[in-house]
Amino acid sequence: MKGMTIIVKTISSWVKVLIFLFGIYIVLFGHLTPGGGFAGGVILASSYVLLMLAYGREFAEENLSLPVASKLDSVGALLFAAVALCGLCCGAAGFFFNFIQQRWFAGQDRAFDLVSAGTIPLSNIAIGLKVGASLFLIILVLSMFRPDTSTNEKE
Amino acid sequence: MMERTVRMEMPIFYALLLFMIIATIIAVETKNLLSSVICIGAIGFGASLMFLFLRAPDIAITQIVVEVLGLVILIRATISRDRTFITGDREFFGVVVSVVVVLVIFLAGIKVLETLPPFGTAVFAETAGAASQTYVREGLEKTGAANLVASVILDYRAYDTLGEATVLFTSIIGATVILRRKSRKLLEEPDI
Repeated sequence: MKGMTIIVKTISSWVKVLIFLFGIYIVLFGHLTPGGGFAGGVILASSYVLLMLAYGREFAEENLSLPVASKLDSVGALLFAAVALCGLCCGAAGFFFNFIQQRWFAGQDRAFDLVSAGTIPLSNIAIGLKVGASLFLIILVLSMFRPDTSTNEKE
Repeated sequence: MMERTVRMEMPIFYALLLFMIIATIIAVETKNLLSSVICIGAIGFGASLMFLFLRAPDIAITQIVVEVLGLVILIRATISRDRTFITGDREFFGVVVSVVVVLVIFLAGIKVLETLPPFGTAVFAETAGAASQTYVREGLEKTGAANLVASVILDYRAYDTLGEATVLFTSIIGATVILRRKSRKLLEEPDI
């Protein structure tokens, strides 16, 4: 499967950047506007899925290969766990304690600022990375999978 | 004022509900798998519109995005290289069990739905001492996040989100292990 027609390829080469930027926006502004890590991560994954549908699986794999995607997935999960453990180490309240907000920004009125809310943007970025990589991974793996050939030929 | 806006929305809400029910029936009854998947997508978009009516834009965004990706997965990865028509009839036992389960849930739901507040009003506004009243009152001051949903799912109830992330991680590991075609050694090398 080598992709679709030239019309689809041209349009998707313009649109993929906008989709990717929109995903980053949704992730970064998750603590201010509707959205957040999960929705933004799915949008990030869908930009790569558009690339895969338009240009074929090989082209998408050149941009984000399967080992890299699985490493990004693990990095996202570890980052989220690290945020939680930092809360355990740095504060009295324990696991997932919002230490940045409570320590350094307590009492300041920084509502609607991009840099606010302590650990919440960090968690959003971690979840966005994790969800985006893992959903791209699952589509890549599903499109690689061929039930007819895999049972017969063992490489 | 609040009451009136809710009333104005009700006809659109019921039309949407009817559309979703019709799409559900078609999705179950049709023999063509592709049209069944498209009907499932229609149900998902209806659900995301309904979340907008309930003033939950976070859930609406997530629903619509997951719906698009799920449709792509279902169409591209399963249907394009599989049988697209259902052959054979349903099992009799399965039909009986599902009808009984749906009936029990429906009868229990009638009892439960009587205790809910009217459509469009929040539960926590009616219940004294509900935990969500604390989130609304102190959320901005305690966590600093303007989006209260983010402050709940990533601060007050972050442990829950960690559980969800773990479930996603585990399922991805399982899918990757089961569905991969080459062995691990071959996977890390470039294609021959």
